[in-house]
Amino acid sequence: MSQSLFYLAAFLSVFFSLLVIFSKNPVHSVLYLIITFFTFTIHYVLLNAQFLAIVNFIVYMGAIMVLFLFVLMLLNLNKDTEPAKSNLLKMAGVVAGMCLLVTLVGSVKALNVSNPVVLTNPGLGLVKNLGKVLFNEFLLPFEISSLLLLSAMVGAVLLAKKEA
Amino acid sequence: MEIAFVIEKFIFITVIFALSLLVAMYSTLAERKIAAFLQDRVGPNRAGPGGMFQPLADGVKMFLKEEIIPTQSNKFLFIAGPSLAILTACIGSAVIPWGQDIQLFGRTIALQATDINVGILYIFGVVSLGVYGIMIGGWASNNKFSLMGAIRAASQNISYEIPMGLSIIALLLVTNSLSLKDIVEQQHGFQWNVFYQPLGFLIFLVCAFAETNRTPFDLPECETELVGGYHTEYSSMKLGFFLFAEYINMFVSSAVMATLYFGGYNYPGMDFMNSLLGPTFGPLLGMGVLFIKIFAFIFFFMWVRWTIPRFRYDQLMNLGWKVLIPLAIANIVITGLVVAFVNGF
Repeated sequence: MSQSLFYLAAFLSVFFSLLVIFSKNPVHSVLYLIITFFTFTIHYVLLNAQFLAIVNFIVYMGAIMVLFLFVLMLLNLNKDTEPAKSNLLKMAGVVAGMCLLVTLVGSVKALNVSNPVVLTNPGLGLVKNLGKVLFNEFLLPFEISSLLLLSAMVGAVLLAKKEA
Repeated sequence: MEIAFVIEKFIFITVIFALSLLVAMYSTLAERKIAAFLQDRVGPNRAGPGGMFQPLADGVKMFLKEEIIPTQSNKFLFIAGPSLAILTACIGSAVIPWGQDIQLFGRTIALQATDINVGILYIFGVVSLGVYGIMIGGWASNNKFSLMGAIRAASQNISYEIPMGLSIIALLLVTNSLSLKDIVEQQHGFQWNVFYQPLGFLIFLVCAFAETNRTPFDLPECETELVGGYHTEYSSMKLGFFLFAEYINMFVSSAVMATLYFGGYNYPGMDFMNSLLGPTFGPLLGMGVLFIKIFAFIFFFMWVRWTIPRFRYDQLMNLGWKVLIPLAIANIVITGLVVAFVNGF
């Protein structure tokens, strides 16, 4: 049951992330990306990580993608306003993309393929356990990442102030 | 999972769904009646006794109006906009506990569609999703007024989600649980959270007004500046869906506020009434009490709408970012200190 659900969700994730790349209209791209994030939420639920699932839902689908959509709607991207790229840039893009592909394939091959469905610790994703792990074992990285976010926020406010 | 359980849940969810639609339907009549009362008028009184059938007449009118889809619009997204708006409005009520477990036909039935242990975050997620219907609809209309309305809705919702989330954090420090069922059970009798979190409740209330796009925060559809805002190009039932979604949102957010801060189905002396009425009618009375609280909140929403004029856009942003967020953070700090002090550090 949960294995077939996983394959369905995985298929949908891959399908919609391909649509993100292939759709011409940037607003459609963002909408497909939102659906892709929704399929990720399904994956988290299947892994019994309810907190991560709902946070992914709120933060990525509910906040970050709204901002993406917001900016794209304001920009009003059209075919004629799109800057024409030179052939040299296109070639560089192809080479860089190929290099990335090789790296990804290599790293995937080096990984031991784990069993995708069976969980070693099914209670790990629940709120209580997650909080305990974050504030006991990973306290320092947690605090450092919060400092990083704070500095990014201060920087954004400063940038916005200079404009005005 | 036994088949009786599935049938039971199916019936319960259908009842809740029908009930929220019914309440939303009669909210439209209540809105006009209350507006009339506040402005010393009579209000709608032609359809049926005292205007009782006015919502039905409005519904029929909405269905029979001509359906217009602008030629330059994006057809799929134009239809998806109002559908998403009504969908996100309807799924919010899934985690709200409507009453204590009830004895019915020899079975114990939980009056809650599902008790997930992150219920409060689920509500928050659904609320944050609600803006997509408006944004997609506004953008797909290919009209500058609609786009302005959509962009206002997006920025307003994002701004007010932050103080809303922060006020919930302070509440969670008191309740120690993310499950709505647990939160309600802790408020047994008259130990309502509003007495422990008065400031948090006020912040949550203001944010609920902003999230449902109600006056004084109805800038996305501000007709004096934006014609009709995000639904300028909409007609027929698609317009009806947008308007209806607002009333369902109002019902759900009233239910959430009653549940989180005003004890849900709890009332003083409920143990005595439960022992008097037995396990069938006691919980039903609790459910009635919850609905009285919800109606009080809906009345409050309408009262404010016909009392306070609309904010200016910069005032809206200033209130959100410069008043509510610092207040909410101060509330968290104070609550944390008090909780630590009470627990003896």
